Amino acid sequence: MFAKKHIISMRDFSRAEIDHILQRAEALETFASERSTDILAGKILAMLFYEPSTRTRLSFETAMKRLGGETISMVSTEASSAAKGEMLADTIRVVGEYADVIVLRHPKEGSTRMSAEMSDVPIINAGDGAGHHPTQTLLDLYTIKRESNLRNLNIALIGDLKYGRTVHSLVYALSLYGAKISLVSPEQLCIPSDIKEDLTKSGIDVYETTKLEDVMEDADVVYVTRIQKERFPDLSEYQKVAGSYRISLKSLKNCKEDMIIMHPLPRVDEIDTEMDSTKHAKYFKQAFYGVPVRMAVLSLVLGCDV
Amino acid sequence: MKRELRVHPIRNGTVIDHIAPGQALNVLKILGIVGTSDAVVSAVMNVQSKKAHTKDIVKVEDRELKPHEVDKIALIAPLATINIIRDYKVTKKDKVILPDAVVGVVRCANPNCISNTHEPVISKFTIDKSQSQIRLRCIYCERTISENIAEHLL
Repeated sequence: MFAKKHIISMRDFSRAEIDHILQRAEALETFASERSTDILAGKILAMLFYEPSTRTRLSFETAMKRLGGETISMVSTEASSAAKGEMLADTIRVVGEYADVIVLRHPKEGSTRMSAEMSDVPIINAGDGAGHHPTQTLLDLYTIKRESNLRNLNIALIGDLKYGRTVHSLVYALSLYGAKISLVSPEQLCIPSDIKEDLTKSGIDVYETTKLEDVMEDADVVYVTRIQKERFPDLSEYQKVAGSYRISLKSLKNCKEDMIIMHPLPRVDEIDTEMDSTKHAKYFKQAFYGVPVRMAVLSLVLGCDV
Repeated sequence: MKRELRVHPIRNGTVIDHIAPGQALNVLKILGIVGTSDAVVSAVMNVQSKKAHTKDIVKVEDRELKPHEVDKIALIAPLATINIIRDYKVTKKDKVILPDAVVGVVRCANPNCISNTHEPVISKFTIDKSQSQIRLRCIYCERTISENIAEHLL
């Protein structure tokens, strides 16, 4: 089903395919922490990161190593041929000769789709500008599956819903599960109208508000995002909305007992550190789940069974 | 009173009829008829139509359209008809067909899309015809265009 498949956008996946990846992640979770396996022995993953990354890069590297494979990396664009003006298309063709699979993060939207057209080996999108980050979405879904429930889900998405690529991919995927979605953002950062149209077309119940307290009581999952300074063309616009929402112990008043809080990280001040020790905080667990989910994706695109 | 035609019949060429009102000048742009040109062209705008309330019509003499020109016209005037005229007679009459996808016809509206860089990539859009207003989706960055499509034509 997935052998040689490129992982570019959640739009490419059916619900059955997502469920298959999540099941595979569950089967591999034990190898993500306690012991490793060697099902990808002899395979090489090339990591091309044209933008900074900590969790995505390290968790892909961990995932490949836990599966017995090797990784090669382009450490920085300054130290590579990109600094000499090499086209991404050429880099992909060359690296595809060295590696069995390529993980790519690039500042231009659509860069991974183009790379997939050029490549004989699977390309995995690790973020294309403000576009998509499908493995983040898969690990978000996996976290919800493991720590809450994907069925009859009531989820509140909070913060930067305009520039946040994790949110765009996630709402699309959640629409496949029929989730009830609440969107909380300052007016300047509300979700793009075309994404909202897609949700409406899929028959998804969407509620929009600017107030956090409107959604806390009913939410099963509170998904908080950082307001990303680097995506604002104008710094003064960023300053108007920075620090709009902050989840603290006070926010928990009236919330469900089993409500969970997620965040793709890094956080700035959206979630008070006093929340970290509460049973609701699942964002560090979410970061860990990136490993089994990426193990699942790598093993599937490389056609290896557990 | 003798009834006069707004535009006289042409001997050879193409008549593009049932153009959405206000789009005649964009059709001329698609045909490369801008500024100084040798082409003999008539355009009428906002005339009464039986099918819709009003329509535009463009007549171009001694020229038949290329498929990529027809694809472009379909994007901005999906109800248009293309009439081929030979010796004053309509020898062929076809409705434009909105394709499912267009390649190298539209520039992505997203300045940060890979299709707007020096990379060797040709713009590609899928066309969503399910709504009354058509919507183009860039296959690279997935940004959509549904308004002022003429402004984005290559």
